[in-house]
Amino acid sequence: MTEHHVEIVLDGVSMTLEASPATSLLRAIRDAGHTEMQGACEQGECGSCTVVVDGRVQNACLTPAMSCESAVVETVASLLREDLAAAFVRNGAVQCGFCTPGFVVAAEEALAADRPLTAAEVRERLAGNVCRCTGYLGIIDAVLEVDRERRGAP
Amino acid sequence: MTTCFNPTTLDEAVDLLGDRPDLRPVNGGTDVMVGVNAGTTAVTGWLNLRRVSELHRIERTERGLRIGSGVTFARIETELLADAPALAMAARTVGSRQIRSVGTIGGTLATGSPAGDSLPPLLVCDAEVELVSRRGTRLVRLVDFLTGPKRTALATDELVAAVVLGDCTGAQHFAKVGTRNAMVISISSLAARLDTARGTARVAAGSVGPTALLIEQASPALLRRDGAEEFARIVGESVTPIDDHRATAAYRRTSVSVLARRMHDLLWEVV
Repeated sequence: MTEHHVEIVLDGVSMTLEASPATSLLRAIRDAGHTEMQGACEQGECGSCTVVVDGRVQNACLTPAMSCESAVVETVASLLREDLAAAFVRNGAVQCGFCTPGFVVAAEEALAADRPLTAAEVRERLAGNVCRCTGYLGIIDAVLEVDRERRGAP
Repeated sequence: MTTCFNPTTLDEAVDLLGDRPDLRPVNGGTDVMVGVNAGTTAVTGWLNLRRVSELHRIERTERGLRIGSGVTFARIETELLADAPALAMAARTVGSRQIRSVGTIGGTLATGSPAGDSLPPLLVCDAEVELVSRRGTRLVRLVDFLTGPKRTALATDELVAAVVLGDCTGAQHFAKVGTRNAMVISISSLAARLDTARGTARVAAGSVGPTALLIEQASPALLRRDGAEEFARIVGESVTPIDDHRATAAYRRTSVSVLARRMHDLLWEVV
């Protein structure tokens, strides 16, 4: 099918995607040579392609690329803050690393909540991201630690 | 040929669909893209509704609570907890945060899946679906709108503009059974509403028939404080589940009946 051009801003840089109606935002960005997000299930189950589009966290695999004209897309490359990276390392929240970009985007979105997070809330916010290595506990602890640090709690 | 339109008004969107009924209306994309990625759904062009701000409104009208078709589950779960508690509870169980932040109530309605979690709560609130086309606007009761598995009364030139909850009073609850706590498509689900002051009771079930089912014959038992066992029996007998890859018909029937018994007592505790 004919390819069409879609202009987006990816992590602060303007770029042009090539897309047909069947192309997801995930495919279009990766086909343009950008590997800031992973792709795996392509049915919204695994969360490895989690991105923020125009301020909303979503699965890039379930977003038609053509619907993203002029969209602002943010990935792990622009969203990851040093304190979260350090907390992931400190808590053993990364093993093979495949799921990490998606978890970081989902975690940063959760950390932007207007009040402190409970462990149950972190689990609920990260339920759309699958990790096959860590068993999740390190990831949840890392996010809770950063939530406390950023809110100035002891 | 243009393959993605980005209208900013509902009039513009309706005109585009009138001219090009092959266009696929899309907002979050969370349902349709699963089929597109798998190669089982063909799309020749998109009618992107994300920028039609009229569809994103929640309004209190004379007819009832009016929820625009573009309102996401993330908004419903936080903004409608007081006005439509069963619907808000159901919205919170849809997919993941990533799905809820873009997936819309209009998408669920237009898809018409028997497993659409927000459909039973809408049925118990006497919902009407507002459909719009170049020919005009019409209101269809949700019970009449859902015509079969993934089949609805939506015409090819029509868009779902909103859903209106005609009666939302009383205690409400929603529950579903699935294989895990999140990211699950229901094996069975149940919504109920009980207003003892007005003598109103409604119950509706999901994933246990060709459409989400309003079970009117169970209402009298829900209205009786001692009616739990009878309520559970009638709900179990009224559903028409099938065996599929998620569960057997027998399990669906049993589990929805268990949900009914628990929900009866839960609602009577809070009214």
